[in-house]
Amino acid sequence: MKLWIAVIIASAGCVALKLAGYVVPARLLESPMARRVLEALPVTLLSALIAVSVFATGSHLLLDSRAAGLAVAFLLVGLRAPFLVVVVGACATAAGVHALHP
Amino acid sequence: MSAPNNDHRDALRAAAHRRIRNRAVTIGVSVVPFGLSFGAVSVETHLNLAQICLLSLVLFSGASQFALVSVIGGGGSLFSAVGTALLLGTRNGLYAARINALLRPTGWRRLLMAEVTIDESTAMAVTEASAGYAAWAFWATALTVYVLWNLSTIVGAFAGNALGSPAATGLDVAGPAAFTALLAPRLTSARMRLTALAAGAIALLTVPFVPVGAPILVGGLLGVALLLAFSR
Repeated sequence: MKLWIAVIIASAGCVALKLAGYVVPARLLESPMARRVLEALPVTLLSALIAVSVFATGSHLLLDSRAAGLAVAFLLVGLRAPFLVVVVGACATAAGVHALHP
Repeated sequence: MSAPNNDHRDALRAAAHRRIRNRAVTIGVSVVPFGLSFGAVSVETHLNLAQICLLSLVLFSGASQFALVSVIGGGGSLFSAVGTALLLGTRNGLYAARINALLRPTGWRRLLMAEVTIDESTAMAVTEASAGYAAWAFWATALTVYVLWNLSTIVGAFAGNALGSPAATGLDVAGPAAFTALLAPRLTSARMRLTALAAGAIALLTVPFVPVGAPILVGGLLGVALLLAFSR
């Protein structure tokens, strides 16, 4: 039930945000302040998501096989590898390190 | 019989349509691995197939969908999960304003366009605008991505069911790897790179002290606040 609520609210909200851009006057969204916030939000949120999903388990900070996977993802993105290669490379590395140090 | 300059115009249009179709297919294919990993990770997070499909059919924005299941999978509250997904979805509002200025849709068309206003369709429409093919580029990309995204999500969900634990398969880094690929092209200046680093560091520092999932919101929002404070 909780999952359904999350799925429905997130879906309705994200569609509403898309619609809002067609309805809200453009000058509101194009103001320098709004632009700066809207362009920075994905950067800060993605970075926070990466940090937490790699270095935290619950309320604890933890260094494990995920860090190795992330390092490989960084390397592959830096080499401009295609998305598939980045994800498979990171997952294979993390799985390999996990098998050595479970 | 048409005049030579009409023939020329038809040939140009045909070439443009071909170019747009090829690029739309390339972009569509490029979202397939993302959709596959999203489906597989969602299954590991114990979402059922109906919930996974609803996200891809209705929410239809990869970063928000993946963020939602990542926060839930990490044990975060619904508030943190939904809040992160919504804040990531705000950029689609910005894209919508651009598409609206470019194509001025009305009525039911506006609803349909809003649903498929995402990174890929916006980028293609903006790129093709100067040649006068913004609408064609928008719809070709939107429809290709929509179909392939939904198909790959379902396939990923079935594949995820067959796989083992996230740590053993390395699927626990599928999210972070996908987020890294989405983040990199946005780090266009030293200031943006610093902002990203600050947001990640703040999130980690708050992990022991705030409820699970909340560090992402704290890091994300404080990161933006810091950027605003320092760009005055």
